[in-house]
Amino acid sequence: MAFASFSEFLAMGGHAPYVWSAWGVTALLLIATVWHARVEQRQLLNGIKRRARRANSLRGNAQ
Amino acid sequence: MWAFIHKLGSPKWFYGISAKLQPWFWAAAVLLLVTGSLWGLAFAPADYQQGNSFRIIYVHVPAAFLAQSIFISMAVSGLVFMVWKIKVADMAAAVMAPLGAAMTFVALFSGAVWGVPTWGTWWMWDARLTSMLILLFLYLGVIALRGAFTSRDSASRAASVLAMVGVINIPIIKYSVDWWYTLHQPASFTLTSRPTMPTEMWLPLVIMVLGFYSFFIALTLMRTRSEILRRESSKRWVQDLVNGRVVNAQAEETR
Amino acid sequence: MQETGLQETGLHSSSDSSLNGSDSVMDAPSVPLLEHQGGLMIAVKATLVRDLTLLLRRRGEVLNPLVFFALVITLFPIAISPDPELLATIAPGLLWVAALLAALLSLDSLFRSDYDDGSLEQLLLAPQPLAALSVAKVAVHWLLTGLPLALMAPLLGIMLALPAGSYAVLALSLALGTASLSLIGAIGAALTVGLARGGVLLSLLVLPLYIPVLIFGAGAVQAAILGDGVSAHLAILGALLAASLMLAPWAIAASLRISING
Repeated sequence: MAFASFSEFLAMGGHAPYVWSAWGVTALLLIATVWHARVEQRQLLNGIKRRARRANSLRGNAQ
Repeated sequence: MWAFIHKLGSPKWFYGISAKLQPWFWAAAVLLLVTGSLWGLAFAPADYQQGNSFRIIYVHVPAAFLAQSIFISMAVSGLVFMVWKIKVADMAAAVMAPLGAAMTFVALFSGAVWGVPTWGTWWMWDARLTSMLILLFLYLGVIALRGAFTSRDSASRAASVLAMVGVINIPIIKYSVDWWYTLHQPASFTLTSRPTMPTEMWLPLVIMVLGFYSFFIALTLMRTRSEILRRESSKRWVQDLVNGRVVNAQAEETR
Repeated sequence: MQETGLQETGLHSSSDSSLNGSDSVMDAPSVPLLEHQGGLMIAVKATLVRDLTLLLRRRGEVLNPLVFFALVITLFPIAISPDPELLATIAPGLLWVAALLAALLSLDSLFRSDYDDGSLEQLLLAPQPLAALSVAKVAVHWLLTGLPLALMAPLLGIMLALPAGSYAVLALSLALGTASLSLIGAIGAALTVGLARGGVLLSLLVLPLYIPVLIFGAGAVQAAILGDGVSAHLAILGALLAASLMLAPWAIAASLRISING
């Protein structure tokens, strides 16, 4: 452990704004890309399902 | 060999195999990134010159590595697509480009932030930062070119050609920028290159780099699968795969 | 097939009949029997002659980059300061950047008219390798853009109080450098020729690739001012030209195929 206490850890020896902003932006970007990929995947799957359901119901009505 | 390549090229096969591989890479990414972050932020000793601002290295260097590697893998995918007409390679290249641009941005941002305590300024025309900036423009060019075409096949092939042209140029740009920098400003103090780095400092860096690479592979697998769904949504196998559950559920409801 | 294509476009765009002399030159390549022995050289020569003739008939298009070059150089003393000492220190960079932008400006029309009138398709259908024919087109572009820019640069150098002794190096570095710029830029031009609004995209694609040439070109002039040896810079510019001459034609040909078929 390089720091004596948690508040010291947060202070980063006076470099807190730099260290935490660089790490924060990186973490935010990584999380955002994963979130975006998940949303994208769900939307695509739902779209295909919806289209199939519509095709199914159309077929059902025709019968 | 050829059979393997063509099997890899089949979107259906890739969709199946990537589903099996994906969780492993996600697990590795999370494990490595969490370990590396804790180690790098809390346990690695502070630098004797830069103090704790040195901890930015653990996001700056992996992002910079990844930014360059993604461009290379994008160009290799483009080559594979152009030579063997493997569509999956192009889908992977298409989803790699935005991530590469994001990583280049992370490297630039963390470098700029790091510059404040180190150089006393947000931006310095440092060789490494300058070539990163040019790389960002190259990424934006590839993304813009792909978006400019209305026909998907033309877009894919144009982006592949540009990625290959770019990857040939990257080393030339890098060396000329290095040369330019040493000419104008004798390299007094670069951010990351240092003669000796103790083990407890570089080991977390290695872990972070590996974590970033695992993240890249996992995300590329995931988004390539989405891209397959998008482009092949009218194919029979996709509909069967996705709707298998829906059709059954409906059958149960009507029963 | 190809020869008729060349002739047709030549005739279509010739509005005045005073240039009848060029017709006999255009007829020369239409000797189909020679195709197997010297087809490539004949086709390259025909492309060169055709493009030169076409461009020389549209003088405005050739002059515009030069006027642009002069105009941009005029803007800087107005925007910064008329102080000769200050101008002299930034002159190498200014001249190089302005020349680079002028060359970039002319790139959009490199394949545009051929694409619009269909003669680019004829070029693709020709039995000769497209890479060789596109080199001929790029050579014409350099001859009528890069070379005039290089010759004009010393004149603008005087206006920017460029120190004596660097004028020859300026012209030489620009002549060498713009050849690479034309080759690299042609890749971008070929990629965007099929797009309706390719102009801005073209500069986005091409400018990052121009940076090595800019570094060594402006570096050569600066070295000449400082009295250092310039042979290393010029040698690297030559090496960049050799590399782009070797690789760019294939990329141009592939890009043209994509633009035409897509």
